[in-house]
Parts: sequence; C-alpha cells; structure tokens
Amino acid sequence: MSTTPPALAINNIEAVYGGAILALRGVSLTVNKGEVVSLLGANGAGKTTTLKACSRLLGAERGEVTKGTIELYGEDISKFNAYEIVRQGVVQVLEGRHIFSHLNVEDNLLTGSFIRNMSKAEQKRNLEHVYELFPRLTSRRKNPGGLCSGGEQQMIAVGRALMAKPSLILLDEPSMGLAPQFIEQIFEIIKRLNEEEGVSFLVSEQNAMVALRYASVGYVIENGRVVKRGSSKELLESTDVAEMYLGGGKDVSFDGVKYYHRRRPSFV
Amino acid sequence: MEVLNSLVGAFAEMFTLFGLEVFVGGMLSGIMYSLVAIGFVLVYKSSGVFNFAQGTMLLFAALTFVSLTERQVNFWVAFAITCVVMVIMGIIIERTVMRPLANQDLLSLFMATVGVNYFLEGLAQGTWDSAVHGVELGVPTDPVFVSEIIPWLDILVSKFDGFAAAVALSLVIGLYLFFQYTRTGLSLRAVSDDHMASQAVGIPLTKIWAIVWAVTGVICFIAGLIWADRLSVSFTLTWAVLKGLPVILIGGLTSIPGCLVGGLIIGASEKLGEIFFADVFGGQGIEHWWAYLTALVFILIRPTGIFGERDIERI
Repeated sequence: MSTTPPALAINNIEAVYGGAILALRGVSLTVNKGEVVSLLGANGAGKTTTLKACSRLLGAERGEVTKGTIELYGEDISKFNAYEIVRQGVVQVLEGRHIFSHLNVEDNLLTGSFIRNMSKAEQKRNLEHVYELFPRLTSRRKNPGGLCSGGEQQMIAVGRALMAKPSLILLDEPSMGLAPQFIEQIFEIIKRLNEEEGVSFLVSEQNAMVALRYASVGYVIENGRVVKRGSSKELLESTDVAEMYLGGGKDVSFDGVKYYHRRRPSFV
Repeated sequence: MEVLNSLVGAFAEMFTLFGLEVFVGGMLSGIMYSLVAIGFVLVYKSSGVFNFAQGTMLLFAALTFVSLTERQVNFWVAFAITCVVMVIMGIIIERTVMRPLANQDLLSLFMATVGVNYFLEGLAQGTWDSAVHGVELGVPTDPVFVSEIIPWLDILVSKFDGFAAAVALSLVIGLYLFFQYTRTGLSLRAVSDDHMASQAVGIPLTKIWAIVWAVTGVICFIAGLIWADRLSVSFTLTWAVLKGLPVILIGGLTSIPGCLVGGLIIGASEKLGEIFFADVFGGQGIEHWWAYLTALVFILIRPTGIFGERDIERI
C-alpha cells in the first residue's frame, strides 16, 4: 500500500431513494490515482447510483447515502455539494449525455470551464485541446448541441467535463446507444487522457468486453452490491462474468429458454 | 350582411392615419405589459416555475417606494432603498421557498409561489397600509406630435408611453446582452436547459436562482413604478400582471425579446380592436378580453409562442 490516499474510496455505502427504495446495499470500491476502473452491471444494478453518490448528484433525484463513507483524496465528502465536488476536480459525465440542447457546441463546452476561474486565454487553450481530442466537433462549433448525433453528443459531454480540468472523471455508460466505432473512439480518448495527463477514470458499463479491455481493474455490481472484484484479466477469464456479460458462456442456449423476449424493432 | 358591412367599414377605417395613430399608441402602451412579462420569463426560464407572486412583488415594490417618498425621502434615495429591498426579498424567496423545494414537482413549486403571493400581500398591508397612493414620476403625460420629428408622420403619441417604451427597450436589450455574452448569462441558459447537467459541470444552481430572483425583484419594482404612475398604487395593481400573460403566450415563455414583441402585438391589437371593432362585437370594453383572444389565436398557430424554445428533437 502506498501512503497517498486513493483518488476515490467508497466504503460500504448504502443509498436510498425517496426515503424508501434501497438502491445500494453495501458498495465498496477504490480508484487509485491514475487508474482506469470499470464498474460492470446490468440495468438497475446500481451503477449510476454509485457514481451519483460520488458526485453528490443523488440529492437532485431525492436520493441520499444513508450508510458508509465516500472519500476523495482522503477527504470525506458527506458535507460537500455537487459544486464543491467539481471544484475538487471530480466531474461526472452523465448517462444519456445530457447536452444543453439549446446551446451551441462551443457554449456547451464553455459551461464546463466556469468552475475554474480561468482567464480567457486559458479558456481558449482548453477549448483548443478539446477540439484537438475530438476534431469532429470543430466543424460543429456553432451548431445547437441538441442537433448533434449521439456520438458527437457523447464527445461534447466528455469535452465539457474536460473543460473543468478534472483529475477524476466518473463516466456513466459512455457506450450507450453508440455505434461500435464511436465506442472505440471514446475509449481511445479515455486511454489517451489517462496515459498522457494522468486523469483517473471510473467507468460504468454494460459493454463489459470494451470496458475490461481498457480498464485495469473491474468491479461487478448486482442488486446494489459489489459481487466481484478483480483485475480486468481475471474478470475476463472468470466463467460467470463471461456467462453474464460477455456471452459465449458454455451452457447458455436460447433453445432451452422459455421466455426469451426478442426486442421489437423500433422505428425511431 | 350588416355585420359584414360594418366589419368592412372597420377595416377600411383602420388603414387611415387615425388607424396608424391608434396602432402606434397601442404598441407603445403594450410595452407596459412587456415590462411585467419580463419578470415571468426570467423565473420561468431558469427554474421552469410560473411565478404566481409576480403581481404582489410588483405591488410590494411600488408600495415600499411610495411609502418612502411620502415620508419625504428623496426620490433617488427611495429608489435605491426599494431596489435593495427587492433584491433582498428575491434572495429570501429563493432561500426559504425555492431551495428547500428544489427537485420537487414543478406543481409544488408553483403552489409555493401562490403561498408567497398571499404572504407578501399580507406583509405589504401590514408593513405599509392598504390606502390608495398616487405616484408622480415627473414624466409628462401630454401627447406630442410625431411630425415634429418625422415631418410626414402626422400622428399624436403620449410622451409617457414613449418613456415606458424606452425603459422596456433598454431592459430587454440589457438582459439580452447579459444572457448572450456573460458567464453568468450562459450559466443561466445552461440551467434553463438541464438542471442535472448544469449541476454535474459545477454550475451552482442555487446561486443562479438567487441572481434570477433578485433581478426579477428589481424588474418588478421598475414595472411597478411605471404602472403605479398610470394606475396609482393600490391592490388593483396586482391585476396589471394579468395582462402580462397573453404577452408571454405570444412571445414565448422562454424569450426575453419575445416579451417585447408580444407586448407590441397585444397592445396594438387591443387598441385596434377597441376602437374599430368594438361595435361589431357588441360595444365598448372589449379590450379586456380582446388580448386573451389574440393570445388564443396565436397559440393555436404556434404553441410555443413566436420566440419560445421548441424542444429540439432529432429524428
């Protein structure tokens, strides 16, 4: 163990929505500085709740952490509000991207920089950096964010977070609704930011295959509990993870499954 | 047939110099409504709440100002004190009512503003009194010939309306620039788009709301002053606000320039209706409902108003 505290340490937290629904019942995880950690789980397992507990955005959905502690760089955050978390250098990229749809791309990015009282020149440098990471956004500068494609919106969301000069990014399901090539691109950026700038990541994903390829450590969460922890290599080799998330498990055959619902095609 | 004849006659009459005079006069008086509408739009834009207490805030501000000047306080000192009072009031409303209710149903927030409305009404009466007060801003109310400035335009316009128009126009321009080109303005637009996302990037929601409520308080005061000069300060002043409703329906609930345009349209249509179509629609006094009819027709054609934000949806 090193003596410097980890970027993020979650110690056995419980979270409740609206005073009634227990969403997390014992989640512990650690993100060391400079690490990419993945959080795997199905819909409703508690991935988003875990991330929102760390960014203190749970309150905005009438949820709260009722037990356990969360520490950022060794500091307890239970008294912090969302604004102070971002000030600490921890930014969440929300699931479903949450672009400001009426603001143009550049304004969307700029909103991310307000937390740091940076000079115009520094702001501009930052902006150029984001455009350099996502060249595709350059030509969209003046377009309303809401009219950009899903992939572009994910780029805006990540770029907007980067404008705050974060040291830890909480990335919630970046692959959601994206074409494989975009998913790969987003994760390449994650890798690059991690290697070149030392930004730590906690990435929640359903797409375990991609997430484990880029992360060094993975946690599997189920029904609000961490059920497995291991290096990505271990998780990729473990049979139950393979069965649950990667497909190709030995005994899964849909002929034997009675109620297998095929997703109906949607026309939207 | 007779109705048709009188309609045609009315239309014919509308396109004369007299018609133009009514039109311009109407537009200018409509700007008084714009002043009220701006307050609504600010709060709605930033928090999605329709502020029911707007009218009472307006009354409270005017009453505070009048009570001060009646106690021989200098005009500008009273003006400054009232501004400070309204800023503090805005911040208190945000702190004690809006903030604890943040993230609740919008309807709960709306009901809270109804509560604020009656509380302020009582407070205004308790602190000051319920008598009718006169306000004299010292702006001349006599009409002036436009032809003195533009030779070929031989119509009469009220100086006071011109003054109100100038105030409203500078407010709209000022707010527009603020929204478009300042950091706080951009944060405000972000908040109006997505509360969750703005919190996630570290925009302090509560600070933005406090600013909005404080600015709204001051705008209520300015609108209150101008309305008070025309109507005098009494509880009927709270009803002035009702005329702001058709204005925001036409201009769009989320657009500050929309307030101006909506006000012009409502004012003009109201006066034209009253002067030229009153006989067709059964006598004088139609201007009280004419504005709402105009608004109704408008929202049938454009549900979000002229400048209102339409939801952006990709297909």
